[in-house]
This record gives sequence, C-alpha cells and structure tokens, in this order.
Amino acid sequence: MKTILPSKFGPYGGQFVPETLIPALMELEKAFVDSEADPVFQAEFNGLLASFVGRPTPITFAERLSNQLGGARIYLKREDLCHTGAHKINNALGQALLAKRMGKHRVVAETGAGQHGVASATVSALLGLECVVYMGEVDIARQHPNVSRMELLGATVVPVTSGTRTLKDSINEAIRDWVTNVGTTHYLLGSALGPHPYPTIVRRYQSVIGTEARQQFTQMTGKKPEKLVACVGGGSNSIGIFSGFLDDPDVEIFGVEAGGLGIESGKHAARFGDPSKGRIGVIHGTKTYVLQNEDGQIEDTHSVSAGLDYAAIGPEHAMLRDSERVHYTNITDEEALQAFSTLCRLEGILPALESSHAVAYAMKLAPKMGKDETILVNLSGRGDKDLDTILSIQAGQQ
Amino acid sequence: MKISELDRKHKFFVPYFPLGYPNLETSIDVIEALAKNGADILEIGMSFSDPLADGPVIQHATQIALSNGITIEKTLQAVATLRGRGVTIPLVLMGYHNPLLAFGLKRFVERIRAIDIAGLIIPDLPLEEAEDLLAVLGDIPLILMVAPTTPKERIAELAHNAGGFIYLVSITGITGSGSSFALNLPDLIAEIRQHSDLPICIGFGIDSAQKAAQTADLADGVIVGTHVIKAIGESDNPVGVATALAREFSSALRR
Repeated sequence: MKTILPSKFGPYGGQFVPETLIPALMELEKAFVDSEADPVFQAEFNGLLASFVGRPTPITFAERLSNQLGGARIYLKREDLCHTGAHKINNALGQALLAKRMGKHRVVAETGAGQHGVASATVSALLGLECVVYMGEVDIARQHPNVSRMELLGATVVPVTSGTRTLKDSINEAIRDWVTNVGTTHYLLGSALGPHPYPTIVRRYQSVIGTEARQQFTQMTGKKPEKLVACVGGGSNSIGIFSGFLDDPDVEIFGVEAGGLGIESGKHAARFGDPSKGRIGVIHGTKTYVLQNEDGQIEDTHSVSAGLDYAAIGPEHAMLRDSERVHYTNITDEEALQAFSTLCRLEGILPALESSHAVAYAMKLAPKMGKDETILVNLSGRGDKDLDTILSIQAGQQ
Repeated sequence: MKISELDRKHKFFVPYFPLGYPNLETSIDVIEALAKNGADILEIGMSFSDPLADGPVIQHATQIALSNGITIEKTLQAVATLRGRGVTIPLVLMGYHNPLLAFGLKRFVERIRAIDIAGLIIPDLPLEEAEDLLAVLGDIPLILMVAPTTPKERIAELAHNAGGFIYLVSITGITGSGSSFALNLPDLIAEIRQHSDLPICIGFGIDSAQKAAQTADLADGVIVGTHVIKAIGESDNPVGVATALAREFSSALRR
C-alpha cells in the first residue's frame, strides 16, 4: 500500500510496525490529510490553542542573563506558559481532535517525565475521551506529582514493569495496547518519532511554536535571530520551533541532546554525540539513530531530565543532521542544573530540566558573540515537575 | 528441508521457542526434543530488548535469554549444533529487525543459508519496508503476516509476495493473549486462498492441544509459542515436557 504523504525523511522514518497496525496508520494518515484541508477542524484546533492552551506564548528578552554573559542578547520562547506547563499540549490537542474525527473514543499515551501524560489526560478531559497512560515504574517514582495530576484529570495510569521500566518500555506497552484495541483506540504519541505519519503529524501540530516565534521575533527585534537553540529528546519541541526557521539559511540552528554524566561515561542519551553507540537502526516503528550495543540491543540511557532520557531521536532530526542544516551538540546534567539555577535567579523563570539543556548551550554561545547579535532559545517547559529531583540533588551535594 | 517439501496431508504443528531460555544448553535440548517428537516446522526466537508484538510471557523469556548473553551469532551457532544433532525439519527464525540490521543483512543471509534456514519472520518489518532484505534474501522465504485488521486488497498484495507459509494472526493483539479468535478468521482464510497456495498457519493465543486441533481445522497448521514457554518455564524437566508436549500436539493434529 502506498502512503499519501512521504513516509521517509531521506533514508530515515518509515513504518516498521506489526501488520495489525498498518491499516490503522493508513487510517490515521488519511484523517490527518483530510483534517488539514478542513476549515472547520482547523478553526476548532486554532480556537482551542488560543482559548484553552493560552497561545500565542510570548517571547521574553532575558536581559539580566544576557548582561551577565556579556555577549549576544538571549530571547526565550515561553512554551512553559502553555496550559499544563509545556509544549506537549499543542500536539496532544491536535491528535485528540483527530481521534474524535476518526470516531475513536479512547486514547493511549506513553509518558516519561509525565508532561505528555498530563497533556493527554487534560485534552481527554476537555474532549470527553477515555485516557490510559503508560508510565515506567522508575519514572512513576521520580515524577510522582504528575501521576496524581493525571489521575485527578480522570486518566488511568498503568505502571510499566517490563524492560528498563522507563520511557522506552512505556512506548512498547502503549503500542501493545494499541495493537490489541486498535478498532476503538488512538495512540496519542507524544514526540516526533514512531512510524509514519506520526513524525509528520507531531511536527505539524508543534510548528505553531516556530510560526509564532518567527513572526514575534522579527517584530520585536526587526531581524531574525543569528542562532536558534532547542533541546532534543524525541525531538518535538525542537522540530516545532526549527520548522519556522529551516528555510532561513542565515539562522544557525542547534539541537541539544542530553550529555548525562558525560559522553565518555557512557551514561547519557546523546544519539548523535556518541558514535560508538549511536547508530542507524529501527526502534518503535522508525528508522533513525539509536543508542544500541553491537548486537543491536537497545541501550539504557541516562539523563537527569526524564524527557530527554530516550535511546532514539526523531527521524527528521537524523536527516537534518546528515544535511548539516542543524548542528547537534550535548550538555551534561551538571551544566543543565547550573543553567536551571542561573535562570531562576536572574530571570525569575523555573525552566524544566529538559529546557535547561537548551539554556545551558545558549549560555556557552552568548559570550563568544557580539552584543548586537541574538540567540532564540525554545523554553519548552516549566520546572515545577523537577523540584523533587533538583532538591534531592542539592541535598546530596551539601 | 524446505517448507514446500512438507507433506500437507496432515496439519502442521509449529512450536516457537527462543534460544537462550532458560539457558542456551537447555534451549537447544528443548528445540531438539520438539523437533524429534512431532514438530513439523520450528520457529526459533531471536531475542530483542524491545519486543513490541509480544506479550508478557515471551517478553520475560527473551529477557532472560538476553541476560544469559544470547546474540545473533550464538543463535546461528546453536542452529548449526541442532543440524549436527540430526534436526532436519524446516527451521524458521523469528526476530525483530534491529539486531539483524546491526549484524548486517547480507552477512546474516549468507549465514542462514549455510544452516538451511527455511524462512524468516520479522514482525516489525511489513512488506513495504522489506525491500533491502528481499534484495539479499534470494530464495529464502520471507514469511508475512496477515492480521484480522488487514483489508482485502492488502491480503492480495501480501499473498502474492509471501513465501514459506502465511502467518495468520488469530486475534487483534499481541502474542499469548487469551481472548477468543477474531470473528472474521474464516473470511480471511477464504480471501488468502484466492491468491495463494501456500500453507496458512494460525498463531497467537493457542494454549491447548484441543484448541490447536480446532484451529488447525480452519487452515493448514498452528503456531504455538507462549504455551510452550510457560510449560517449559514451569518445569524442572524441560526436555521431558517438550517431548510430551510435541507428541500431544502433533497427535491431536494428525487425528
């Protein structure tokens, strides 16, 4: 069967799924293509982005941070101000509307940090859908407030006890549920990965970040940013903001992976940053760079931020890396934690640990740049969910 | 031996078992016992860290196999050992795509040709993505799955491209699910028959010899995985259990 839209990004992407799911992917693609041409659907989506999510989110000039670094002016796209505290809700809302359009009244979702789970539970409550969230036991322990939030919103949180009991395994479990209940259920995948058409759909629903940011930034400063920075786990916040600037060759773009305890430690989630383990492979329905051992078994990953703690990267990022349109780099746990503290103290913003990776890299870039130059950082989420993690690390250091 | 050389007068018993569970030596002995006591085709599992089409029993078994250090290389060597012990029935390898990519598709095919592998089952490699593998596979059959959700026009496409046998998934679900079979199973079989003379083997959720016999009546054979693993995992005499189980199932299918 032929897909309607291209299923690959160069050699990456595709539909590496069990036969049972192929018709569901075809159905999803068709519903998505139809919905894109349907003004009623678009009006509902855009209306809820404004009235429910709180879009457009502003861009904030980080003046004290910029002054302290003494170089480029740093601006923050404030996805942390979205309802539920992160960019995840843009995509969750779009897909939940698609699920309804397909007549599916149940959604399943995976979650690592809990942000996508909370976003899915929230839009499910809004639209009257049944919502089941798969979450690894390890993640449940380290992100407990988000578990309570999901349950208060009416979702069922199912602990995942297989494999490493983290995000990777919760995706396996969500896919198994979807295979079993595919007639009634939509898999509300939270990042720009998985089988086609997910990477394309997720990018489309997150592209609102880039579209807004380009317009706002030009209006505020009269020009485009010299550099654009976002963190990359699966890669949805980054592809969202990048999409607004990919056709601007004068904007240099950086994706920041989780360097964990450092590349040489082996404890990280840097798919591009560690060529000894990050190789082209197939996981969760897509061909892309995957951290794996020499036998092709998927490696455990480490990051202080649960949202970046994943062994694979969205297939479009693999293509953007090959073409060198985007530069990929990494930031360690320690650097991210320092950036977190700095942003709290200097700007009055508690960034998510994921977003702190992007801030940390911007802090490295800024001093080497001129005062008339600018950096735009996607502040993908807020850090309230990370307080337990941060406080226990600080307690351990004292 | 090729699958096409099997005598189709009786229904096929196709047990699945992963090499390396509960340890490598025992798994070789178990597979030998299954093969020599009535299995018509053996589906040998190659373990993967993220088996998304499998239920908890197979997940658990393959995880143990991995923690025992099973690799593609050791799997291929074990199959060679089985051939050396006089196992001549068609052996089919079942595994996920990534370990094969890591091993190298061309190298993998050369190796399986040398040990007379009769077919490959790769649950996360649908026909549309199989081009690279088919280019190097030559005459080794790629066994394709048909699911209860597969639409008619796609069944024709799959049937024309399938080799070995057609793996008919009995339920909309994962391996080892206890739920009852999809209602449209007879329609799916009729549709496949219009486009292919290959044997049709039904798998997923077959957990007794009686259910195997009833299911096989619909088609040409049954694939039994989770039930075999459970029976052997719970026993302190794995070879004895495998022998008895193969005899029970094959005689139920030869009535």
